[in-house]
Amino acid sequence: MDIFLQQIVNGLVQGSIYALVALGYTMVYGIMGLINFAHGEVVMIGTLVTITVAGTLIKAGMPVAVAGLAGMMAAVLVCMALGWALERVAYRPLRNAPRLTPLITAIGMSIVLQNLAMMVWGRNYLTFPSFLPNMDFELAGAHFTAIQVIIVLVSAATMGALLLLVYRTKLGMAMRATAQNPAVASLMGVNINRVIAAAFVIGSALGAVAGVMVGAYYEIAHYQMGFMLGLKAFTAAVLGGIGNLAGAMLGGILLGIIEALGAGYIGDLTGGFLGSHYQDIFAFVVLIVVLMFKPSGLFGEKSGDRA
Amino acid sequence: MQARLSVIALSVATVFALSACGPKEEPKPVAAAPDAKPEVVVKLGHVAPMTGPQAHLGKDNENGAVLAIEELNAQGMEIGGAKVKFELINEDDGADPKQGAIVAQKLVDAKVNGVIGHLNSGTTIPASKMYFDAGIPQVSGSATNPKYTQQGFKTAFRVMANDIQQGLALGEFAAKQGVKTVAIVDDRTAYGQGLADEFKKAAEAAGIKVVATEYTTDKATDFKAILTKIKSTKAELIFFGGMDAQGGPLAKQAKQLGVKALFLGGDGVCTPEFMKLGGEAAEGNYCSLPGSPLEKLANGPAFKEKFTKRFNAEIQLYAPYVYDAVWVVAEAMKRADSVEPAKYLAEIGKTKRDGVTAQIAFDEFGDLKGGAISMYKYTDGKLEYVETLGGGAVATAGSEVKEAVAEVKDAAKAVAGAATAVGKEAVSDVKDAAKAAAEAGKDAVKAGAEAVKNAADATKAAVDKK
Repeated sequence: MDIFLQQIVNGLVQGSIYALVALGYTMVYGIMGLINFAHGEVVMIGTLVTITVAGTLIKAGMPVAVAGLAGMMAAVLVCMALGWALERVAYRPLRNAPRLTPLITAIGMSIVLQNLAMMVWGRNYLTFPSFLPNMDFELAGAHFTAIQVIIVLVSAATMGALLLLVYRTKLGMAMRATAQNPAVASLMGVNINRVIAAAFVIGSALGAVAGVMVGAYYEIAHYQMGFMLGLKAFTAAVLGGIGNLAGAMLGGILLGIIEALGAGYIGDLTGGFLGSHYQDIFAFVVLIVVLMFKPSGLFGEKSGDRA
Repeated sequence: MQARLSVIALSVATVFALSACGPKEEPKPVAAAPDAKPEVVVKLGHVAPMTGPQAHLGKDNENGAVLAIEELNAQGMEIGGAKVKFELINEDDGADPKQGAIVAQKLVDAKVNGVIGHLNSGTTIPASKMYFDAGIPQVSGSATNPKYTQQGFKTAFRVMANDIQQGLALGEFAAKQGVKTVAIVDDRTAYGQGLADEFKKAAEAAGIKVVATEYTTDKATDFKAILTKIKSTKAELIFFGGMDAQGGPLAKQAKQLGVKALFLGGDGVCTPEFMKLGGEAAEGNYCSLPGSPLEKLANGPAFKEKFTKRFNAEIQLYAPYVYDAVWVVAEAMKRADSVEPAKYLAEIGKTKRDGVTAQIAFDEFGDLKGGAISMYKYTDGKLEYVETLGGGAVATAGSEVKEAVAEVKDAAKAVAGAATAVGKEAVSDVKDAAKAAAEAGKDAVKAGAEAVKNAADATKAAVDKK
């Protein structure tokens, strides 16, 4: 039983990270109907920027916690700029092109960003400075560390802030209007370009926060780390119903838990026929099943409140 | 799986071969033409992952090769009356068997004179078939899976002990630490799986109980799920068959989960990178490397100095082995007085080189003769040398075999005494016999023991004759 609980904890933490990244996909999709495959790379850049900034500050003698926060702020700012630039350079010129074109551009941007990161940060693995003393707790047989608690809390707070923004502010209202019908929204005086840019910038900021969380959790970073993470988060977004904010959050957490339980029990369930290295297939099996039986995702796509 | 891989490799190769038959191909004779050209270009292919999770190791390999090539060119070797200029053609296989076959075909089409690599067993094995078909000699500095040289390809060599030897040494070492239960994790690559399997055999033979077998991939970053399972088995040791990029985080996450087991791994995790990634969790644990430590070998420290000076980087892992591999090929060309693969191939097998990693000589399969395995401990962020475990082929199965092997060893010693008169050949013959004997012993303890005894008798008889 304590193993089961531990796997749930593992899955919950992993799932919170998926959820944060999935929000970036779902926001952009909700507004533009575009899947921004370069989003995983934005997360990666967020992690690497934090490492550089925090690492430099720590070397300069700043307290670790302050340096960590500064690194995170820097990452958020850099990623917001990156998200804006991506939209401006790669997607805006193609806004009226066939749907396939921006998709291919997105994949291209993902490769470009990976290689840029490889040139800037090199091929080696980078270690993420540990911000927190290694505190661990036991609760009902499950073992967890301070960073895991923080990841879940920060994710929840960030998601809460996003919901407030979308449902309680003027910008959020403009976003929802654009999602419903861009042409009509622009007739009503909504600046579509600005709203779309804002969606990219906010999505990228969430990605940066996720990047810092991933870095702090695994204490390791690499220029290719964004690819798989992005793919999983995209799956989470589809699972929850792409375009739907709450769906992305729940989809992410659900996917994390499915993966952890799957990896933990697949060997026993199949009598050793499938081993735990099939962990990654769960995400994609889930994706296929959802697409077959409920193409609109678990929480449907109520076009009314996508953001 | 292996068969399927090579089928894929073949079909990829065919497609590639077809597309490569375009009109632009201009056959460049690279053979030594003493009267016509004063300078001959020798193209050596080098393959390692330059992208992906193992890119840092690939770069390290490349550095080793570049250093050797630069030295060779500075030295101005003359072959067949012409001055030779070595040229390195670098290819990236991304540690992916499919990609490995594609770049192998590319090198075959480019008519390289020899191939250094690949880095991973998983890419080396399918590629070796293509080099064999094209008659191109291949020397790998790091592919340790036994299969590589067991396919009967005359063109395949390696300058590093294989995983049978390493697995045995690791199993033996684990038993010596007094470990009773072990959990084995491998990354399902040809290398990781092969090493883990050999370790498992050796560990079980030494009386260690395998309480969990878990798998991951060579791209994974999250190991919490499998570690949670391992924790519940209360294993005293976690053995990892795989590379540093997974091993480091695995050790770290084990610590975060409160797993108290020791960590043990092979050459793939015996790197500075592992300690960087594993942090405190690496401390006090052990890993093994084929060969002896650079410091213990005559040419080792000089190499280390040269390398650091040239690249301003620490040696990661296989650079010295790759450096040796390049020299092995160049020296074989020199001895054969030809850069043509068909002519100098035979000379590679006769190599006797005082390398930076070992005394390099090959057996009839292209494996390194008497490859020793050294154990290291992660101490204060450094790899501290612990001990070197023999030729790797000793003390494996039951005590009976051990006794029998001891007999063989005595015989070997006797021969060694006589060797001053007979010559060094005899020693290596006996060593091979011992190796073969211990191999046999592994399969069935009792039958093996007899076989070893027979072998020992045979050896003695041979000694008497000499």
